[in-house]
Amino acid sequence: MRGYLARKTLVYGLTFVVAVTLNWLIPRLMPGDPVQRMVARAAVQHPETIESMTVYYERMFGLDLPIWQQYLNYWGSLFRGDLGTSVWLFPTPVSQVVLDAVPYTLGIMIPAIVLSFVIGNTVGAMAARSRWLDNVALPVGYLITAMPYMWLAILLAWGLGVALGWFPVAGGYDFGLVPQWSWSFAADLLHHWVLPFLSLFLVSLGGWAIGMRNLIIYELESDYSNYLSALGAPRRLVRRYAFRNAMLPQITGLALQLGTVLGGALVTEIVFAYPGLGKLVLSAIQNQDFFLLQGTLLFVVIGVLVANFVIDIVYVLVDPRTRTGLTGATA
Amino acid sequence: MALSVTDLRVYYRTLKGDVKALDGVTFDVADGEIMGIAGESGCGKTTLGKALIRLDNRMRHAGGTVALDGEKLPIADDAAMRRHRYREVSLIPQYAMSAMNPTRKIGKMIRDLLAAHGVRYAEVLPELERRLALVGLDAEVLKRYPIELSGGMKQRVVLVLSTLLNPSLLIGDEVTSALDVSSQKAVARALVEFRDHGFVRSMVVITHDISVLFQVADTILVMYAGHLAEKAPARTIIDEPLHPYTKMLIGALPQVGDRYDEQQLSGIEGRPPSLLNPPTGCRFRDRCPLAHDRCAEAPPFREVAEGHQVACWAVS
Ligand SMILES: Nc1ncnc2c1ncn2[C@@H]1O[C@H](COP(=O)(O)OP(=O)(O)O)[C@@H](O)[C@H]1O
Ligand code: SF4
Ligand SMILES: [Mg+2]
Repeated sequence: MRGYLARKTLVYGLTFVVAVTLNWLIPRLMPGDPVQRMVARAAVQHPETIESMTVYYERMFGLDLPIWQQYLNYWGSLFRGDLGTSVWLFPTPVSQVVLDAVPYTLGIMIPAIVLSFVIGNTVGAMAARSRWLDNVALPVGYLITAMPYMWLAILLAWGLGVALGWFPVAGGYDFGLVPQWSWSFAADLLHHWVLPFLSLFLVSLGGWAIGMRNLIIYELESDYSNYLSALGAPRRLVRRYAFRNAMLPQITGLALQLGTVLGGALVTEIVFAYPGLGKLVLSAIQNQDFFLLQGTLLFVVIGVLVANFVIDIVYVLVDPRTRTGLTGATA
Repeated sequence: MALSVTDLRVYYRTLKGDVKALDGVTFDVADGEIMGIAGESGCGKTTLGKALIRLDNRMRHAGGTVALDGEKLPIADDAAMRRHRYREVSLIPQYAMSAMNPTRKIGKMIRDLLAAHGVRYAEVLPELERRLALVGLDAEVLKRYPIELSGGMKQRVVLVLSTLLNPSLLIGDEVTSALDVSSQKAVARALVEFRDHGFVRSMVVITHDISVLFQVADTILVMYAGHLAEKAPARTIIDEPLHPYTKMLIGALPQVGDRYDEQQLSGIEGRPPSLLNPPTGCRFRDRCPLAHDRCAEAPPFREVAEGHQVACWAVS
């Protein structure tokens, strides 16, 4: 287990370094002079501001320094939590802009992942033994899962938002409101949260349900299920084992899904103009705000790495087969 | 009589029609008897074994009865059969290598199974450990996962587990087929020992490796294409078989340890008939050197000597 942890930590650490390096390369690989482009994009008229911004960015990029020093400096400021200053929202620090957006993204992602996983697996397990439910859940599941994120989001926005008018279709809260700690603002937040959450939740739901159903059916036909039944074990026990074993590949699936769900969240945010990281990426690109783009992508990468690391650990804890693989089986 | 099977028929439902894998078999197994079942692959051995404990959902009970210790077993009724499983009839399945839940410690799995039968694990534990020791296993295996055991160890754990509640009848399907020769010997010895200790009253042992059958079986039942050909004490089957098929089966095995399912039987031309639409009369007719007109009628499985039954018109 210790060796395994060490190995995993090393792999994730390396991945992180590569990701940070790529991130550092982005503005440097862009054609043209990034500083001039950024300053130009900032559309500031005042000559003094232009002057100070140019100097600031030159120093920030450290283009006068040798390349290795630029790289080391980048790491240095990274560890100080300094991701530079946003051009688009000048002079707000990038870290501030990103941190403001993170709760919105997590706010739709985490409930969508957790609820779709729990409900999807439950429905799938029930469908595996109920022909009626199977006949309904399966086609519906296939239908929603096959839908691209964008599609379902647009459909929901149109149906529940525009046509029925139940939910607002844009923003994280009403544009007329000022963010504050109050019940009315919280209610408004929740109201805006429903559609982005729902579209993310629904797309994952069908996949989990179908996966679980198929896995359970497979487990129920496996040798150990047959042996238990032959020894007179009640169906309850056989099902309990089958469910537990079917969960294991689902947990792996969860790890593999994270990237997709994140991509889905970013797209969903763009559709609903939801003020999370996805919308930030879009705004950063539209405004050629490289620091913001760098900072946002860095957060996304860190998020995915941390989540995968956690799932790797959880998996080892729940599946004894991986554990024995680690210590070496004794014949 | 521990086990009494009468005119048992079990068919497989398929799209083309019923596969008559077990088509009217009648035999008895006495108290304390270890009966081996021999026959080419596909002759219905596994079907017979499963019919005695649990039909799978493709199998159909088409007729006949099974009685154990004088009580009729409701083999077609899965729910009613549950009461008899494990305590009265138990099984070592063909797939013993993968018979245990891979994600549960062996001891925990046994605890769950016993609890389902209303037996407390703690009460049986001393006996369980004693029996594990008997087959050369440390009680420590209970704390392991199946994947941590070798094939031979798993086979022995399954043997102990399957017989833990002292069933009247144990069905062992290909108990030794997946093992290397030394493990085979150990498991074969354990089977006989378990009978001798009274952990199991009677056994039906199905195996491809006829040499193992000679080692463990008191009597041998030879099957051919869903029918019975011959049943006799093991020595009689080896030394003076009467049915032409048995003779060929024995003759086709010059070396102990040869497996007759993996090679075409050298002495026997042709293949067994399809069980989808089996021919009437003696099913061995096409391959039998002694076949004659009378063989168009199915020969009865009749006693020709004390404890020796044969289904063949050429045997007087
Ligand atoms: N699920 C099934 N569906 C249709 N036919 C089957 C099925 N299982 C077995 N059979 C047929 O039943 C016959 C007996 O099979 P089996 O009892 O497994 O033979 P054995 O154990 O002697 O090798 C074979 O001809 C086989 O093709
Ligand atoms: S009954 Fe006829 S065909 Fe069948 S084994 Fe005897 S002699 Fe051969
Ligand atoms: Mg078989």
